[in-house]
Amino acid sequence: MQVQSMHFKTRAGQKLADQRLQQNLKKLSTKFVSGRASAITELDDFEGTRNAAIERRMRAIENLDVWLETFEKKATSQGATVLFAESAEEASRLVVEIAKKHGVKKATKSKSMVSEEMALNRALEAAGVQPIETDLGEYILQINNNEAPSHIIAPVVHKDKEEISDLFARVHNRPRLTDIPQMTREAREMLRPQFLSADMGITGGNFVIAETGSVAIVTNEGNEGMCTILPPKVHVVVTGIEKVLPTLEDFATVMRLLPRSATGQSISNYVSLLTGPKREGDADGPEHMYFVLVDGGRTGLIGSEFQEMLRCIRCGACMNHCPVYQKIGGHSYGWVYPGPMGSVLTPSYAGIENALDLPQASTLCGECHVVCPVKIPLPDLLRKLREKQVDMHLRPAAERIGLTVWAFFAKRPTLYRLATKIGVRFLRMMAGGKKTISKLPGAGGWTDYREMPAPSGKTFREMYKERR
Amino acid sequence: MRVGLLVTCLIDTMRPEIGFSTLKLLEAAGCEVVVPEQQTCCGQPAYSSGDRKAARALAEKFVEEFEGFDYVVIPSGSCGGNVKTHYVDLFSDDPAWLARMQRLAPRVYELTDFLQNVAKLDKLPGEGKSAAVGKVTYHDSCCGLRELGVQKQPRALLDKAGVEVTEMKDSRQCCGFGGSFSLKYGNISSAIVDEKCANIHDSGADAVVLGDLGCMLNIEGRLRRTGDDKTRVLHVAQVLAGDI
Repeated sequence: MQVQSMHFKTRAGQKLADQRLQQNLKKLSTKFVSGRASAITELDDFEGTRNAAIERRMRAIENLDVWLETFEKKATSQGATVLFAESAEEASRLVVEIAKKHGVKKATKSKSMVSEEMALNRALEAAGVQPIETDLGEYILQINNNEAPSHIIAPVVHKDKEEISDLFARVHNRPRLTDIPQMTREAREMLRPQFLSADMGITGGNFVIAETGSVAIVTNEGNEGMCTILPPKVHVVVTGIEKVLPTLEDFATVMRLLPRSATGQSISNYVSLLTGPKREGDADGPEHMYFVLVDGGRTGLIGSEFQEMLRCIRCGACMNHCPVYQKIGGHSYGWVYPGPMGSVLTPSYAGIENALDLPQASTLCGECHVVCPVKIPLPDLLRKLREKQVDMHLRPAAERIGLTVWAFFAKRPTLYRLATKIGVRFLRMMAGGKKTISKLPGAGGWTDYREMPAPSGKTFREMYKERR
Repeated sequence: MRVGLLVTCLIDTMRPEIGFSTLKLLEAAGCEVVVPEQQTCCGQPAYSSGDRKAARALAEKFVEEFEGFDYVVIPSGSCGGNVKTHYVDLFSDDPAWLARMQRLAPRVYELTDFLQNVAKLDKLPGEGKSAAVGKVTYHDSCCGLRELGVQKQPRALLDKAGVEVTEMKDSRQCCGFGGSFSLKYGNISSAIVDEKCANIHDSGADAVVLGDLGCMLNIEGRLRRTGDDKTRVLHVAQVLAGDI
């Protein structure tokens, strides 16, 4: 996907002004935040489970080459083909080649954010293969002119039911429905023939398991099963190389956290573990199974100060709880991954200079770190990206000069005392007889939206000296 | 008990009276309070902006000025969090400084944490003045809450002072200040603080009490801009000291 993160400010402004979106985004706190809060109480030892999950994820990541090789051997011995792609573009090419090799005309897809990195649908269409999104949310976006998802687990969280009713009526050319069960039934009626006529099924992979050579797929709609065991001759799994877990036990540990942190469910409706293509005597399954494992910038994080980001299990809790995401939604972030995790991943995978706003557009309130099931120190990572921007001279001149001047004074107490003395008197003067200042040159970011409470006109240390 | 007070740059310049309320509380707790004259700022603006060099210089300055005290008290969760939790990161490549900081860090306290858990102050100067402040709600500032675990301490102290706290919805949700974030993304920041203001109003409180100047200026600034001249925004030290 092309990076649009440089338009963050403009987009965020538009989203803030979109009253309908503002209403729709309230679902995040009413549904996901409270759902998670109650779901985690079901675990006897939530902290212990988190620590175990961290240990298991890091065991995989610290020896990623070993576990990927183990996975490759095991999956191959089960009859699957494992391919590695250095870039998202290469991964797209590989999937297109697989489709061509098997004469594929139509491919059903279950939800995959990595396929968004790859801009896979566009590549397939260009090669004459029709991609059909089958996750309900992704389907809605696809029929709405290939709109981008705004959330990693709830791709249409930015839309309300009314918008979707209008869209279905227009695209399906049927009477407008407003009852959700009826609407989903209509979507199923549209998708069923697609499942039955597809030649290939493409799925993401929440994890791949090294000891068994399996892919683990977590969904609520069961569409991943329809994509993989209904007629398709070919099943292609696309996922990131960091998604490997050594054992099924590791997967079990992580699964105690994933649905609870994501949707507030104890377990998702479907958890599929798929191992190899159809064997002799199997009633169903694809004839060919491929894994396309994408690097796309991930190995660059290994051994770096951002390594911890690789243990992310893609639950979306960080964005659900983010005060900034809650106000501007996912599209403002301008690439595949939004919210705090996206603000770390986008600069890391798509170039720090292409996403200068993202690490800055955070209050560093720390709630993402608190709710992250694998305790990724997201605020620290965002701060480190800010340090990188400074080191690479990517900050605007006014900010650099401002900080330098401030630091010059802060390091020199005598000068600082004089400067603050003058500063507070200036602010007092600006306020006139009032308690607050309504307009302050150079601080428009503040006074365009807020009053600046005026200081009393003397510093504490002046007054302290006078009183002693 | 010799206590070094970091007044913090925002209290020093914007709200000196909170510094005096803090002094009153520490003295009531029987502390010998020293205000090191050379102090300026803990360096958080530099650290959060990615200027590690300036942040490190100010961290060294802080350690030199404050390591001689039995305790260091800071009437702000974000400055406290910066000193207590982030300085070790700034010194991580320098064993000598790191060791000095590690000796100092356990003695650094946010004000209410210190009053409640170290000084164990039971008789608060603000006791009996609760009528003057009316109905109160408490906003949990992010760094104090998440970096220092300040949540029960201010409430317990307010209770001792006879001030009843009516909790607002999502009291632990960020107010949208975020330091330079509030200037760089003023529109997003104000959308976030609007929600905080609505929750304060819905609680029916006459005053919102908090422990951080950043949140204070942000919430007060937005309340006043949107025409609320009534709801008071008070630092917890002012209420506990009875300076209301």
